[in-house]
Amino acid sequence: METSRITELKLIAANVRKDALTAVHSASSGHPGGSLSIADLLTLLYFEVMNIDPKDPKNPDRDRFVLSKGHCAPALYSVLAERGFFPVDDIPTFRKTGSYLQGHPDMKSVPGVDMSSGSLGQGVCAANGMALAGKIDKKDYRVYTVLGDGELQEGQVWEAAMYAPHYKLDNLTAFVDFNGLQIDGDIAEVMSPLPIDKKFESFGWHVIVTDAHDFEALLSAINEAKETKGKPTMIIMKSVKGKGVSFMENNAAWHGSAPNDEQYAQAIKELDAEIAKLKEA
Amino acid sequence: MAKTATREAYGMALAEFGESYDIVVLDADLSKSTKTDTFKKKFPERFFNTGIAEANMMTTAAGLASCGKIVFASSFAMFAAGRAFEQVRNGICYPNLNVKIGATHAGISVGEDGATHQCLEDIGIMRTIPNMVILNPADKVESILAVEAAIKHEGPVYLRFGRLAVPEIFDRETYKFEIGKGVEIMEGTDATIIATGLMVPEAMEAAAKLKGEGLSVRVINMATIKPIDKDIIVKAAKETGAIVTAEEHNIIGGLGSAVAEVLAENSPVPMKRVGTEDKFGQSGKPAELLELYGLTAANIAKQVKEVLKMK
Repeated sequence: METSRITELKLIAANVRKDALTAVHSASSGHPGGSLSIADLLTLLYFEVMNIDPKDPKNPDRDRFVLSKGHCAPALYSVLAERGFFPVDDIPTFRKTGSYLQGHPDMKSVPGVDMSSGSLGQGVCAANGMALAGKIDKKDYRVYTVLGDGELQEGQVWEAAMYAPHYKLDNLTAFVDFNGLQIDGDIAEVMSPLPIDKKFESFGWHVIVTDAHDFEALLSAINEAKETKGKPTMIIMKSVKGKGVSFMENNAAWHGSAPNDEQYAQAIKELDAEIAKLKEA
Repeated sequence: MAKTATREAYGMALAEFGESYDIVVLDADLSKSTKTDTFKKKFPERFFNTGIAEANMMTTAAGLASCGKIVFASSFAMFAAGRAFEQVRNGICYPNLNVKIGATHAGISVGEDGATHQCLEDIGIMRTIPNMVILNPADKVESILAVEAAIKHEGPVYLRFGRLAVPEIFDRETYKFEIGKGVEIMEGTDATIIATGLMVPEAMEAAAKLKGEGLSVRVINMATIKPIDKDIIVKAAKETGAIVTAEEHNIIGGLGSAVAEVLAENSPVPMKRVGTEDKFGQSGKPAELLELYGLTAANIAKQVKEVLKMK
């Protein structure tokens, strides 16, 4: 990828982060930490990787995305809005009575959302179903899904982990947002899913470990997944929870709490400074 | 009278309609028991075993349905409605996806396997989920027609089938099946029995017995538990003044509850519910268990006489 394109993507991701924080702040409710940690990945997927068209969100040949960690809807809605699926101006209605921007992704109400999610462990199974449908219909679309690292504690994830290699779903690329924190604290202390890479390898996945905030490394991992035949790929992304906002970074307290007015202003100020810096570059 | 288990009819229907409809069938290692192996043999490329993993099966079904497939996900009622409740609720019904749940081995007539495998709560559980349609066919023909109706219906359907061979009541040439419609199968004016599943032939036998005693008892076959046919219930209440429900399910939450809700809000009349009375099942021969738990023509007839005293 050219440096200028990486800068463009970083700019979009900064705006996605701002939108996600605006959503959570406006609702006084939501999940900023994990939304910020996947903002770079979602930007890359929706602006560089996936074959999608905001004007034709139900096209049967499109690539699909399932946010298995559905509580990070602010990041998904923000990237969809920035990509043109619906107006960015609607973001502040998030979680408000009557809004189509439900607290967790709702495929029936939000343009561009391919699967309703929010109950952890289920998204990756739905992604399996979509990948299987692609195989049955001999279509060449790809399916992407993002799991939380805490989400790996759900038993259903491992049912899916067995299933995808069994049916050789090489059209499925899954990601683990490995930020190391869940609501109750450090994942290793709450209920360790470690080592994540060896677990998925032993289940028959092609596993890649990479940096969630390095666009080039992420893109290279995604391309490697596309080239991998006969098995699904799991990309374990080492990420920073709360990435991009100094006081939210690596702090489990920001898993599911909204910033107050002062904190929101500070976060926007930091992201605006980042945007200004990127524009200069 | 010839007998066939409704699960056998489920397998036959999948194999038959697999010819004309683009259906995909999932099973969780029970295909020989749920009879989806009948479909598997004919259409191996559209059959997928998920292994013993009902949660994954239900949400995988949701993913397939989101890509336009008509999906049948099959397991025992206990695991389809019980184990995978939340996947059915959040993964299938909330997004209103086109998944049909083929739940076999419902009720106490599972027999020897005992309480862990005798699901007597599934109708109650499934009935509370928005968008869900619940079909509990009584015999072979009705089961086949229910599968076809489920295929044609856009959205989630819970189909409830049994393990035990039950009498074949209906004629495929003449029987019309419609989701949401009860069917009056015996006329009567003194009381009405509303039955579902394998209790339908018991209800018919009870009505015949009571006729011999000078009582005119209407019998309604209620294969659709949700959406319940309000009109036929209210009409029966107004015309006969007393209702007995009969189901192979806990009296809490199932057909009896659904009918009671309609009566209470629209046309209150005395009623009695025949079903398992908030108890778990146990191991035994199906016929002996049905007798032990009062799921018989004799008990239905007794309850009709009881309800008539309340008129």
